[in-house]
Amino acid sequence: MKRVFTSLPYLWLLVLFLVPFLIVLKISLSDIAIAIPPYTPTLDLAGGWQGVKAYFAGLDFENYVFLTEDDLYWKAYLSSVKIAGLSTLLTLAVGLPIAYAMARAPVAWRPTLMMLVILPFWTSFLIRVYAWMGILSNEGYLNQLLLGMGLISEPLLILNTNIAVYIGIVYTYLPFMILPIYASLERMDASLLEAAEDLGCSRLTAFWIVTLPLARPGVIAGCFLVFIPAVGEFVIPSLLGGSDTLMIGKVLWEEFFSNRDWPVASAVAIILLLILIIPIVLFQRQEQLNREAGR
Amino acid sequence: MSRLSPFNIVSLTLGFAFLYIPMIILVVFSFNASKLVTVWAGFSTKWYGELLQNEAFLDAAWVTVKVGFFSSTLATVLGTMAAYALVRRGRFRGRTLFSGMIYAPLVMPEVITGLSLLLLFIAIGLDRGVLTIVLAHTTFSMCYVSVVVSSRLVSFDQSLEEAALDLGCTPFQAFRAVTLPIIAPAVAAGWLLAFTLSLDDLVIASFTAGPAATTLPIKIFSSVRLGVSPEINAMSTIIIAIVTVGVITASLVSKRNIARRAAEERAADS
Repeated sequence: MKRVFTSLPYLWLLVLFLVPFLIVLKISLSDIAIAIPPYTPTLDLAGGWQGVKAYFAGLDFENYVFLTEDDLYWKAYLSSVKIAGLSTLLTLAVGLPIAYAMARAPVAWRPTLMMLVILPFWTSFLIRVYAWMGILSNEGYLNQLLLGMGLISEPLLILNTNIAVYIGIVYTYLPFMILPIYASLERMDASLLEAAEDLGCSRLTAFWIVTLPLARPGVIAGCFLVFIPAVGEFVIPSLLGGSDTLMIGKVLWEEFFSNRDWPVASAVAIILLLILIIPIVLFQRQEQLNREAGR
Repeated sequence: MSRLSPFNIVSLTLGFAFLYIPMIILVVFSFNASKLVTVWAGFSTKWYGELLQNEAFLDAAWVTVKVGFFSSTLATVLGTMAAYALVRRGRFRGRTLFSGMIYAPLVMPEVITGLSLLLLFIAIGLDRGVLTIVLAHTTFSMCYVSVVVSSRLVSFDQSLEEAALDLGCTPFQAFRAVTLPIIAPAVAAGWLLAFTLSLDDLVIASFTAGPAATTLPIKIFSSVRLGVSPEINAMSTIIIAIVTVGVITASLVSKRNIARRAAEERAADS
């Protein structure tokens, strides 16, 4: 039975995860062609060894060279990493106080607070991004409010700028930051803080030397959980960002759907993955450490 | 228990205001009579009426629910199997690749998953439609199911299974009679997670759906691109309402289960 339980999901993932990935790798080395499918060479197994040889002879790194020559791509990579990194820090700044306050709240409140954090996560991601379009637009609720209060004399341009993208990422990924930090602070013994204060620490120092080290695993996990998906984000930059918002997920999408250049889209995907491999490996190592520490 | 300090109260209030005000605005303005979403012109439910008459939206909603149901059920079966294999089978050949393939989709950018699956479907000549979306959704959500289920498998006592085997159960009987009832809450949670992920997915569905099948997120996305519209607000309100009812029910059920278990343990102790 164990054999069946292994082989079924194994086969599934081989066919629908690994093979597709190899196809992307292969197409990224092919040339664009006006044909269906729109790339050459295609593997011709009927041609025997000769066909295979011709196939490999046709592969080259041209698309990758193209990516380095056109500065759109490396600008998009850099700006994705920058936007994702900065919004991760912003999410941390917003999420840490919330997680801390939740962990200090009376035990009876905690399930309700947890539910309130999880609830938005179950609601559609698309809808939560969409909600900000109405708030941030030129005639939006925020501008109406600020104009009405007399704080500004003309509407702020926020929608279709990078600021809106930051707000969108912080908003949608906030639960991913709060939950791991809360999990690592939840079991914190309040008497530790009291002891620190009795020994003459100010509240802030106590937070700095007692709470933060305890929150560290949660903070690290939360940052990865926000940063990794944010780098490849497509929905947020395309709905909230402007035409000058460069993010690699959007570039890949347009390369594929608008330009129909499959080989370049595949090469973009491979490079994106290479950029993400370092944080992913670090994340897995961290999770491993957490698991061992938890035992 | 110490009382919350003013600082903590402020951060909770601001934090939850930030999380909820955008959604509350969305709900309130779905009852706005005006076509201009940002100007209030009196209470009306007309957008709900229009939504219910919009065939395209209803069709897309139906496709979405179908895809969600089939993909999450398949993903639950495969993900549970995978979790069992990873947790209960020690070393076997290809284990590293297997666990790598289980975890990789969790961190893989959606655009890459979508692109790679689309290229596969084209390479094997599979027409894009409901089937291809189901295959794609099953593939990424089975990994989430497997993570949820394996955390439960790790934490329970393996000797129970061994006892069943010693008493003459076949491995499959032992799995059905002992393991499955114990991990059932995690399996159910995995199914729900897979279902939600499927309902929510825009990017992977956009790559793998053909002209024959459109899901609700694809439909919402293409209309939202043109700007804010009261019909989408109404649709969002319906989704938010369903999710809220679901989450509150789930949390009440789990609260009751915890209370019952505590009561049983107390009864067993006395």
